[in-house]
Amino acid sequence: MSDTTEMTLEQREATIGGIGCSRRRKEDIRFIQGKGNYVDDVKLPGQVFGDFVRSPHAHARIKSIDTEKSKALPGVLAVLTADDLKPLNLHWMPTLAGDSQAVLADEKVHFQNQEVAFVIGEDRYAVSDGVQAVEVDYEDLPALVDPKRALAKDAPVLREDVAAKDNVGQGPRKHPNHIFTWDIGDKGETDQAFSGAAVTVKEEIFYHRVHPCPLEPCGCVASMDKIKGELTLYGTFQAPHVIRTVVSLISGLPEHKIRVIAPDIGGGFGNKVGAYAGYVCATVATIVLGRPVKWVESRIDNLSTTSFARDYHMTGELAADKDGRITGLRVNVLADHGAFNSHAQPSKWPAGFFNIVTGSYDIPAAYVSVDGVYTNKAPGGVAYRCSFRVTEASYLIERMIDVLAQKVGVDKAEIRLRNFVKPEQFPYKSCLDWEYDSGDYHTALNKVLDAVGYKALREEQAEKRKRGELMGIGFATFTEIVGAGPSRNCDILGIGMFDSCEIRIHPTGSAVARLGTKSQGQGHETTYAQIIATELGLPSDDITVEEGDTDTAPYGLGTYGSRSTPVAGAAAAQAARKIRAKAQKIAAHMLEVAEGDLEWEIDRFKVKGLPEKTATMKQIAFAAYQSVPEGLEPGLEAVNYYDPPNFTYPFGAYLCVVDVDRLTGEVKVRRFYALDDCGTRINPMIIEGQVHGGLAEAFGIAMGQELTFDENGNIQGASLMDYFLPTAVETPVWETDHTVTPSPHHPIGAKGVGESPNVGGVSAISNAVVDAFAHLGVTHMPMPHTPWRVWKQCEALGIGE
Amino acid sequence: MNKTAVKMTVNGQAVEGKAEPRLLLIHFLRDELGLTGPHVGCETSHCGACTVDLDGKSVKSCTVFAVQAEGANITTVEGMANADGSLSALQEGFMQEHGLQCGYCTPGMIMRAHRLLQENPNPSEAEIRMGIAGNLCRCTGYQNIVKAVRYAADKLNGQREAAE
Repeated sequence: MSDTTEMTLEQREATIGGIGCSRRRKEDIRFIQGKGNYVDDVKLPGQVFGDFVRSPHAHARIKSIDTEKSKALPGVLAVLTADDLKPLNLHWMPTLAGDSQAVLADEKVHFQNQEVAFVIGEDRYAVSDGVQAVEVDYEDLPALVDPKRALAKDAPVLREDVAAKDNVGQGPRKHPNHIFTWDIGDKGETDQAFSGAAVTVKEEIFYHRVHPCPLEPCGCVASMDKIKGELTLYGTFQAPHVIRTVVSLISGLPEHKIRVIAPDIGGGFGNKVGAYAGYVCATVATIVLGRPVKWVESRIDNLSTTSFARDYHMTGELAADKDGRITGLRVNVLADHGAFNSHAQPSKWPAGFFNIVTGSYDIPAAYVSVDGVYTNKAPGGVAYRCSFRVTEASYLIERMIDVLAQKVGVDKAEIRLRNFVKPEQFPYKSCLDWEYDSGDYHTALNKVLDAVGYKALREEQAEKRKRGELMGIGFATFTEIVGAGPSRNCDILGIGMFDSCEIRIHPTGSAVARLGTKSQGQGHETTYAQIIATELGLPSDDITVEEGDTDTAPYGLGTYGSRSTPVAGAAAAQAARKIRAKAQKIAAHMLEVAEGDLEWEIDRFKVKGLPEKTATMKQIAFAAYQSVPEGLEPGLEAVNYYDPPNFTYPFGAYLCVVDVDRLTGEVKVRRFYALDDCGTRINPMIIEGQVHGGLAEAFGIAMGQELTFDENGNIQGASLMDYFLPTAVETPVWETDHTVTPSPHHPIGAKGVGESPNVGGVSAISNAVVDAFAHLGVTHMPMPHTPWRVWKQCEALGIGE
Repeated sequence: MNKTAVKMTVNGQAVEGKAEPRLLLIHFLRDELGLTGPHVGCETSHCGACTVDLDGKSVKSCTVFAVQAEGANITTVEGMANADGSLSALQEGFMQEHGLQCGYCTPGMIMRAHRLLQENPNPSEAEIRMGIAGNLCRCTGYQNIVKAVRYAADKLNGQREAAE
């Protein structure tokens, strides 16, 4: 009863193209022909454009705004200011962190390039003229740039709107510029570990302000159908359903009258999670004008206003015995959140999952305290290929363990092996309250040491040092926490951070699957189809995956924090399993046996002991619409909302070798070996691609990217003329490897991988640079390791000339 | 602002339109001709997402005025398929070697690689890296893009040899 009986098991597996194979991507065929559909490609009848008048000042009072000359220009249709939004109560919007954020500056501006007015016109050029013609009179105020000054008695008060509040959404405050204090761990026990320690080390570690800078900037097209009262909002949304709920909550439009569509997205890396002023202004403008309104930010707008990352001023301390076995960890953080607390992360976690800071190490006692403060800089704070502050945490512990290794005189690989959580300790409960699902750190690091010939590298380094040459070897043996998250710990706007998948099998055995996530380049159309293919025995080529349209996809929390595979991937497997359970009932009916007499084999059920009696999934699909057993509904579809029981904990062992030119400060990454363990591997080609990309971003962060400000709060280097995006020439060659330690709680054992290379890559590169100077007594060098900074280090050591 | 008539050949088709003197070629291609393959990524000619082929040279169409392209012969990614409609060697290479993720840089990257292979049909890895240094990619780390270009070079060279 099968059309594939002549095929071998291997051939049938190959036909399915399921989990584990490096299938070429379904999405590529449109992108390589220029037929992607990104938000700026959306062109609706009657569409007009909008753009912002932005503040040249970081901190100023707005005395007046004159829009008359602008409005008189040909092609300019309207100019919106905070006063126009006030009657709608849309001049401020709530942030996901419990604070509020100005949509258009209301009486004051709080950072340079803040949105002051929104000009709408017939085309981009008319709008540009209109923006220039708006006259704003400012009274300059002293800018607060250094977060270390934020809590001083005489510091300028930035947020007059909340100055009197004792809480702006994340706990008690102690100063008008203070946002929250968050702490975790046993302080007393940690203090005790330090007081009795044979060795202690302490280091000031600053993770600088960077920006994800996806190649496509943020944008939207808002279109109000006044007759139907329906709003359609196209945009660069990593989390389209959340955007729909936010738009409904702040606009008052009922949620069923809002359709949010995220078309193809040109990279996100966290930059496209948040809700920005442009989305609100375009929405108001379409409601006012009755015409579709497009807003797309420029690169300078993107770098200077939409969600930066990091800006964590950390002090790390380790206590250890004389052999370098860690007995305690203490971390204090001053977090610069900018002018509004609008970081997009689970609402109970003001410092994200920073308490993953014990990393891959079995640390008995730890205490972490984080203070968030306002400064006159753009808001944001968690974006950039990172699961909610894991990157900062991992950088801190990976740097600190090197500092400790140097102090006790133990090799930097050996100190890691001594402190790793051991395989038999999993599931491992960390002293900062996480339960690591699975891991095998020793195997991973040993595999890397063997692959690169570590002993020989250290010998080469010793030889070079004798000759006065600088060579560094850096490690990162990181553990991530991804897959946010269990609804008991994680929510956004009170909505649990589950995700979802709906699968419909058509009568002829092809299928459509819709999910609550949204790919920005990760290849979901390919990988989700592979999961479903394996679960259902249908060829992945015959499974269409759709995301990003809130009218069709089930509610989900979106794609960020490496959560798609751990959460929505699990939902896909679970929904498929529901379908397979129903298919089994239908197969039993078809084959006239009891359900229990059937067993599953790749793409079909077969009767136990009668291997020729089979029903393929394709045959079952047709039967589901033709002759189901009595009492069973026709059709073959299922939906699953997956609330993960735990996070997943991908890990890796990275090794980086650098050569440093002491006369120029130039650092050359000679070798980079990245071993990742993301559990079950769905598509090795895509995993490897993600690792390459994450490492290249890590290289940019470690070696050159930084957003800095002068003392007046002027942002410096917010264009691609200055902001370092590595080209193919600077970017090193990456070597990849893997081990597979499946997640025990995930339906297919997968953990997620997209952010691992960024988390581990930055630390490995930075550690290699510092290691090049370790024999000269250097324990830390602040990123980014530009030639100038590295040369200054050489100069300070008297080896720069 | 007054508009000027412009004529050019785009992907083998004669096109004409009206353009303000300040209208950028990228906006003429995208908004007037509906060719949304080339993208805008930076407006400062650094990212290369807008790269098109203009009279046998790679240009960044965000820093060329439409009126400057009067009479020019332009190819965009939409014109890259073989005459029979099949994928060109470069397009195939990008797919086979996983040389793209989000796809935003891809049209510019393919156009640049196309010109590179015209100039140097057998480039080394270093020459490929230097040859595409004016095009930024945030997703791939370039490694597979280099492989994709090499894939196309090998395929095209093989076809040439077979023809000779």
